[in-house]
Amino acid sequence: MKLPLLRRDLLVAARRPGEWLIPLAFFTATVAIFPLAIGTRPETLRTIAPGVIWTVALLSSLLSQDMLFRRDIRDGSLEQLLLSPRPLILAVLAKAVAHWLACGLPLIVLAPLLAAWMQLPAEQLLLLLVTLPLGTAVFSLLAVFAEAVAAGASRSRFLGGMLALPLCMPAVIFAAAAVAGDAPAAPLLLLAACLSLAITVLPLAAAGALRASAQGI
Amino acid sequence: MGTSVYATLGRLASPPVFYRIAEASRIWLIGLFLLLFIPGIYGALIGAPPDYQQGEGYRIIFVHVPAAWMSLFIYVNMAGMAAVSLIWRGKTAAICARASAPAGAAFTALTLATGSIWGKPMWGTWWVWDARLTSELILLFIYLGYMALVASIPDRRTAAAAGAILLLVGLINIPVIHFSVDWWNTLHQPATIAKFGAPSIDKAMLMPLLLMAGSFMVFYLAVMATMAQALLLEQEASSQWAKQAAS
Amino acid sequence: MESLGEFLAMGGYAAYVWSSYALSAAVLAGLWLTALRRKRDSRRKVAALNEDRQ
Repeated sequence: MKLPLLRRDLLVAARRPGEWLIPLAFFTATVAIFPLAIGTRPETLRTIAPGVIWTVALLSSLLSQDMLFRRDIRDGSLEQLLLSPRPLILAVLAKAVAHWLACGLPLIVLAPLLAAWMQLPAEQLLLLLVTLPLGTAVFSLLAVFAEAVAAGASRSRFLGGMLALPLCMPAVIFAAAAVAGDAPAAPLLLLAACLSLAITVLPLAAAGALRASAQGI
Repeated sequence: MGTSVYATLGRLASPPVFYRIAEASRIWLIGLFLLLFIPGIYGALIGAPPDYQQGEGYRIIFVHVPAAWMSLFIYVNMAGMAAVSLIWRGKTAAICARASAPAGAAFTALTLATGSIWGKPMWGTWWVWDARLTSELILLFIYLGYMALVASIPDRRTAAAAGAILLLVGLINIPVIHFSVDWWNTLHQPATIAKFGAPSIDKAMLMPLLLMAGSFMVFYLAVMATMAQALLLEQEASSQWAKQAAS
Repeated sequence: MESLGEFLAMGGYAAYVWSSYALSAAVLAGLWLTALRRKRDSRRKVAALNEDRQ
């Protein structure tokens, strides 16, 4: 693992907590909107809870991915990264881990709170806690991939999110179904399969895209 | 023999040769399109007998299904050209992939629209979260994302490479999306909604369907070639052949 | 073949069938015109560029 890079990204995140704390607070507040808008009937909330929580998880990943490479492009550290003799794929993985630590992990910590708000019973909370690490890891890998592909278009905001969104659909489908369904085993395994496919393909593709973007920077 | 095939392909792929061939073949493509389209549309609207279940309403199939085939075919074709452009650094292949996107997105949108119009009399509603329509919708998002990406990267080579990588990852993802949507659909399918009975295809129906699909395919080739010409001209604006072609 | 009126009525499905075909025709025509205009524009652009240089 390329630790210096990961450390640097985490240091940046620690110095500017607003960058990840504000989105997190924003999305926690978004979940609270649903009972206010739809009504507080426990059965209704329980039915929509997996979908709501997974939608919010997806949105928080998509909207926080914007910063992944932007600063590195601006201050030239991306070029440094491309010139360094270490494999670029490790740097890409480090980016994904940093994104997950700032965006996926806090959601897992907050999951019990969200589950309580949405009247989710304990066994479904357990499923949520199992699916969240897998699904948010897929999101983080897709986030890094999409931002790497969009690295040459540093002026267009939300472009990376738009690229990642359709590719995230299978993970959302399986994760939400695992939390909601009576037979969680199949969607859980399918979600794990999504993660293993993502981790095999996406870092390689992201590294290729970053290298291509260097021609135009 | 292998080398001579590659040599021929390589010559074909050189921008000026491609431009000339596209220019010369346009009239033939239009002719071939009409040759397929006129009997196709006659069969679709008049020749084919009404369906025993859906009456005349099923005639939407003759535009809906070819458009759906094209939406997938164009994507796979784009991904193939993307692979060629990455592996052999083919300029023309990259441009053909880019020039295909508008047609692909248009056929995908047409599939969605005609599917929706067909759904109204058959299902009683304009939109049903049926597996095929949902997959098409996600495919449309992928097309739009690709077009937004290549349009917003100012550097041409970066745009081509980034677009090609996105297309190839999308190609891996499309079967996964298709499978997940199918799986999701069986989970949520309300029992009351009857599926489209695939109309028992008889020859009088199959012929116009294939003719329409063929005409759409030729149409796509003509549109792609023309758009690729435009992109090639701009990319090679300062070269000798482009000056001659533009004058 | 039956009368023209019957043909246009499409067994009661006229609105759906004809709107589908009209939409398809519009999409095809729109694509073709866009492609032609795109090519004309880039030819003009390249020609203008080269005139400037001379």
